[in-house]
Amino acid sequence: MEGYSRKWLMQRGEETNHGNSCEEKKLELRLGPPNGDWSSEKDDTLYPFSYISKANNGNQPQKFSSFLQLQSTAQKQSLMAQESSQTGCTKTAADVQSAEKKKAFSQTATVPNSAQKRTAPAPVVGWPPIRSFRKNLASSSSVKPATESQNVVQSKSANEKPMEICQKGLFVKINMDGIPIGRKVDLKAYDSYDKLSSAVDQLFRGLLAAQNDSSAGGKEKEGGEKAISGLLDGSGEYTLVYEDNEGDRMLVGDVPWHMFVSTVKRLRVLKSSDLSTLTRGTKQQG
Amino acid sequence: MAYTFPEEVLEHVFSFLSSDKDRNAVSLVCKSWYEIERWCRRRIFVGNCYAVSPRIMIRRFPEVRSVELKGKPHFADFNLVPEGWGAYVYPWIVAMSRSYPWLEEIRLKRMVITDESLELISKSFKNFRVLVLSSCDGFTTDGLAAIAANCRNLRELDLGESEVEDLSGHWLSHFPDSCTSLVSLNIACLASEVSFLALERLVARSPNLRTLRINRAVPLEKLPNLLRRTSQLVEFGTGAYSADVRSDFFSNLTEAFSCCKQLKGLSGFWDVVPAYLPAIYPVCSRLTSLNLSYATCQNPELGKLISQCHNLQRLWVLDYIEDTGLEELAANCKDLQELRVFPSDPFAPEPNATLTEQGLVAVSDGCSKLQSVLYFCRQMTNAALVTIARNRPNMIRFRLCIIEPRTPDYLTLGPLDAGFGAIVENCKELRRLSLSGLLTDRVFEYIGTHAKKLEMLSIAFAGDSDLGLHHVLSGCESLRKLEIRDCPFGDKALLANAAKLETMRSLWMSSCSVSFEACKMLAQKMPRLNVEVIDERGPPDTRPESCPVEKLYIYRTVAGRRFDTPGYVWTTDEDAAVRLS
Repeated sequence: MEGYSRKWLMQRGEETNHGNSCEEKKLELRLGPPNGDWSSEKDDTLYPFSYISKANNGNQPQKFSSFLQLQSTAQKQSLMAQESSQTGCTKTAADVQSAEKKKAFSQTATVPNSAQKRTAPAPVVGWPPIRSFRKNLASSSSVKPATESQNVVQSKSANEKPMEICQKGLFVKINMDGIPIGRKVDLKAYDSYDKLSSAVDQLFRGLLAAQNDSSAGGKEKEGGEKAISGLLDGSGEYTLVYEDNEGDRMLVGDVPWHMFVSTVKRLRVLKSSDLSTLTRGTKQQG
Repeated sequence: MAYTFPEEVLEHVFSFLSSDKDRNAVSLVCKSWYEIERWCRRRIFVGNCYAVSPRIMIRRFPEVRSVELKGKPHFADFNLVPEGWGAYVYPWIVAMSRSYPWLEEIRLKRMVITDESLELISKSFKNFRVLVLSSCDGFTTDGLAAIAANCRNLRELDLGESEVEDLSGHWLSHFPDSCTSLVSLNIACLASEVSFLALERLVARSPNLRTLRINRAVPLEKLPNLLRRTSQLVEFGTGAYSADVRSDFFSNLTEAFSCCKQLKGLSGFWDVVPAYLPAIYPVCSRLTSLNLSYATCQNPELGKLISQCHNLQRLWVLDYIEDTGLEELAANCKDLQELRVFPSDPFAPEPNATLTEQGLVAVSDGCSKLQSVLYFCRQMTNAALVTIARNRPNMIRFRLCIIEPRTPDYLTLGPLDAGFGAIVENCKELRRLSLSGLLTDRVFEYIGTHAKKLEMLSIAFAGDSDLGLHHVLSGCESLRKLEIRDCPFGDKALLANAAKLETMRSLWMSSCSVSFEACKMLAQKMPRLNVEVIDERGPPDTRPESCPVEKLYIYRTVAGRRFDTPGYVWTTDEDAAVRLS
């Protein structure tokens, strides 16, 4: 610990020594709130960070469009955002970014942000701010909407038991080869292997594309997002496997759905080429 | 003065100071007070486990008995922090096991604790009494079995809302027969069935048990027997509250509840069958705390139940309570201090319960002690917020979530700036605030000007420009935690207020307009801040310099950079500094 922090301090020291370049002076920080600067928001020259401001105003749109060749839809959104009455480039950047995020993480189609203020928004990760265990409860609430008569609820009470089983969410962790971040899926939200497989596609497609981009040094962006297909029959680049309650690794799709749901502990999306012959040999059924 | 008293006297005097703030103030008086205070500090609270290292803590406070640590950012609760981010408690446990053999209490929030850590805890501290794990993960029931088996004096085991990998329900049977010290047991978050026999025997031999929260897997049929063995309970959390409706069982259950003469708090009620709710009527008048936020049950049952709880101080409930139920609450529960109303179906496009701003206005009018609110709804007006602010200047925590982002005042169709402005202007003691709805930079001007005691602020989908963030950072002088998502706040405001960040515990910004460039500058200029970019798309350097980062987490630290960052966390290293210059 001691050694580490000393080394760290030294690095910091070196960093500060670089501080003499003229670039550095331009980027000088001011520790107090600037007086009066904030009264006129548009006047960028007043800021100590004119460097950034210029970058924002001048280069950014161009830079962004090259960045956005990744997805044609996102590009359209950026145009829409630019055309709309947004106040400046910073705003555009935020819109584009959040639109891109949604593309990557939400399970439904994206809605351009500029339109969002009027129509219902696409689901956003972490909004509304409710913990996942509450979502489980909420999404499968057994109570009928308030408009229905109370009698219905009461008569339902007696045979509520079977309902309970489908009420609990069943979240299992899922990881994909080559992607450092794990996810979770609620198996109770799907009732078949096909739905699960398309959910897995939705979950990782964006991440995979981003991953490929970054590993390609950000140069080959034309590829964009490709659907992750053939997860179940071994025909695709990736295969979906799971670890059951006894710790064995199995191919997803080999047993009836309900049996799978009751024994699965963890999911993994493996490179089909890496799949051991052992698993294939014992479990593959065609 | 310090010289006139022997150290022992001062130590004794200091022992009456329970607040951390006071202890910190004492240690700043002079060197000898600093020395005396550090040797007699028994409790430590660390609000961010990366703000200090175990080594530093142990060096300064050698005789600690109770440690409370917090890990991941608050937004981790809502899935905004990717898995594997960090907040591992293991290094802390290892260090404490060497230096604090007399450690009695560990309380963790949002930390990752492995079975190995639990086992180490169970074997290292001879007098271990309290383990509280709130919203923690990384462990299984095997780790709990180690705690049960080895901590002979365990008083409290609280799993909070942790995510436990359920390997076996038999871990409870690892409590030895000699274990009779339990005061509090909360296993409500466990998914699978626990060995009910073991549970029954454990509570039966725990005469001091005051709090018991069982999990959803314990059926209602088991409650009467359990309650008869634990009639001394003060807080009780039920399991699934459903069964076939039978009158003999109903009277059995009613009788069991009536035996609990000390009962003050009830929770649980999963899968509630409303017909069984009257079974708790006999204890309602004693209740001060009622958590019905898992009870998917409607009016009139809900309103009827709540209107019997005249002494209620805290109520958590789903929006099924509706405006009418809240009006009943306002009329009947004059001691109410805390109200949380959760959405029963947050993702539905349309409201599924008649819950509007009116319900909250009614409660603010009827309950003069109300000081803490968490309210999910779908519509709000400035007029309602102004009324609430005037009714309840004593408000300390006010968190309002209007479910659809950027919802305007539905009467004027304007932003809700004035409403939230009234809240911060009237509620002088406000410490926590969450904003939602359509908001411009103006609301942040109000907040920066008036919210002098605000400590935690959550912002989402609000503001128009850097000016908004600038108002907050340059104004709120007590601000400790600031979390922002999806706001057009960027480099200028952040960099202009860099010094402010050192006075705060942490700043979270996701989907805002901060560039990686600015993060690097900030890190360079403020060596006591850890500036961590969370970007799952790969290295931020590979994107255009002005491209905003996905997520940004900044915190002050005396421990330096952390060394357990996963691949998607980008800190500014010396390479970045070279590239910059």
